[in-house]
Amino acid sequence: MNPGFLRRAPHRLGWAVLLFLALASGPARGAAIVADLSTHIIAIGGGFSGDSVVLFGATDGPGDIIAVVRGPDRDMTVWRKGKVAGIWVNAESVTFDNVPSFYSVAASRPLDTLLPPATAALYRIGANNLKYEPVSFVAPDRARGFAEALVEEQRRLGLFARETSKIAFLGERLFRATLAFPANVPTGTYLVQIFLVRDRDVVGGQTTPLVVSKVGIDAALYDFATREAAAYGAIAVLTAVVAGWLASLPFRGL
Amino acid sequence: MDIYLPIAEVSVDVFVLLGLGAAIGVISGIFGVGGGFLLTPLLIFIGVPPAMAVAASAHQVVGASVSGVLGHWRRGNVDFKMGFIMLLGGLAGSFLGVLLFTILRRLGQIELVISLSYVALLGTLGTLMGVESVRTVLRRRRPGGSRRKLHQHNWMHGLPLKTRFRRSKLYISALLPIGLGFAIGIVAGVLGIGGGFMMVPAMIYMLGMPTAVVPGTSLLQIIFVASNVTFLQAYTNHTVDAVLALVLLVSGVLGAQVGARIGTRLGGEQLRFLLALLVLTVAAKLAFDLTVRPASLYSITTEQG
Repeated sequence: MNPGFLRRAPHRLGWAVLLFLALASGPARGAAIVADLSTHIIAIGGGFSGDSVVLFGATDGPGDIIAVVRGPDRDMTVWRKGKVAGIWVNAESVTFDNVPSFYSVAASRPLDTLLPPATAALYRIGANNLKYEPVSFVAPDRARGFAEALVEEQRRLGLFARETSKIAFLGERLFRATLAFPANVPTGTYLVQIFLVRDRDVVGGQTTPLVVSKVGIDAALYDFATREAAAYGAIAVLTAVVAGWLASLPFRGL
Repeated sequence: MDIYLPIAEVSVDVFVLLGLGAAIGVISGIFGVGGGFLLTPLLIFIGVPPAMAVAASAHQVVGASVSGVLGHWRRGNVDFKMGFIMLLGGLAGSFLGVLLFTILRRLGQIELVISLSYVALLGTLGTLMGVESVRTVLRRRRPGGSRRKLHQHNWMHGLPLKTRFRRSKLYISALLPIGLGFAIGIVAGVLGIGGGFMMVPAMIYMLGMPTAVVPGTSLLQIIFVASNVTFLQAYTNHTVDAVLALVLLVSGVLGAQVGARIGTRLGGEQLRFLLALLVLTVAAKLAFDLTVRPASLYSITTEQG
């Protein structure tokens, strides 16, 4: 099958649903906002080089939209290198628990014009507004320094988006955005939170899940290697022995 | 063309990997060493995480040494008794090595230890080989030069458990091969190498084995030590990447046979000098990377939350 078609298909689907929403009488009564993703699963296969998902939806009247994509939480240890006897070694570390493995924000207008800092912090909007809690006690200044380094390092790896991506409005009520995921996107269950903002305050919201998962032979291999580690190890050794033996066959008697 | 390594979770160019595997294979075939000591640092250079590079190298070493031992066995150049006694120490050593690897990884120091060990090992080895090949060339130019004494008695010959090794024509303490196997087993576990490049000189100069039976015997016990390392790395650290290992294995074993052809045809000294240069270059690059200020002082390790 043509992979280009596959990549475009979700977008077309997105537009179709968008059209449907436009023709219908608007979002369900009672909800200020209705949104969905073009797909709820991102499949990582052999030639995976990143993917994007279309977020679309409608509001019950004028307003702005902020979308936050949050990957599964992990414990992360930040190491700081120091020079010891002329060489650079991992000298200090701080471990933070429940740090999102992926984080990006999309908004219909620049964030600072949409929400006051206190509100953005309350809803954890923006990578610098996430809670970074050290596992064991660390002086606050030190913890802050390491947390900043964590954010910067995650940005460098492309796992925390550096820029806020754009949410486009079609008329007053229909919105649409493309959420991008890099090739090194961690696997697990993601949450996409969509906030409706009016008069510098959050007035409505919705959360929808997104699963990032390995598929096909890569997934099978990874599963087998972690779940049946002993059998995997034995097979690995056996393969190597057989390959070595096979390679020596054509040269027998020389 | 990039391929995705499912366990290492990175994408690398498949042709670079194939070329690397083949090149290491050729080198190992020419010089009769496993090649792991070059493979691990080169894999790290192309962006494979060090932990994965170590495990993949151990896997590749198994294939290469099986291929090699079969060749030597057909020529009757394997001392099985010596090999298995060394193996006793080797297996114990590799258990300890993989355990050490796991602990160092948790402490966040495994990459440093791998780099430092390589700088020390490759630096020493490259220098020794370079000096040796230059000296041989000089000696050839001055005929009638001094010849080294073949065998010397020292403290090692006072050890208990004396055993006779017929193939090697030796009567020495079994503790010597066990201890040698143990020490190299530890290094093998941490660095993912068979240890042939250390084993071969140690067997010749420390144990006094005849040169003809050394490569086969060393490779024999490397098969088991590297198998043990591969299995333990897969079992405890989940660091054996099947795709990475397979690509290296296929190109490596074929390269090894080509290398063996070349090796029998070419004269040794100039080649050995070139290998010494290559080894020293790798060591220098690793050492340089350790002393230069990294682009980012921070790095992150992630655990399942």
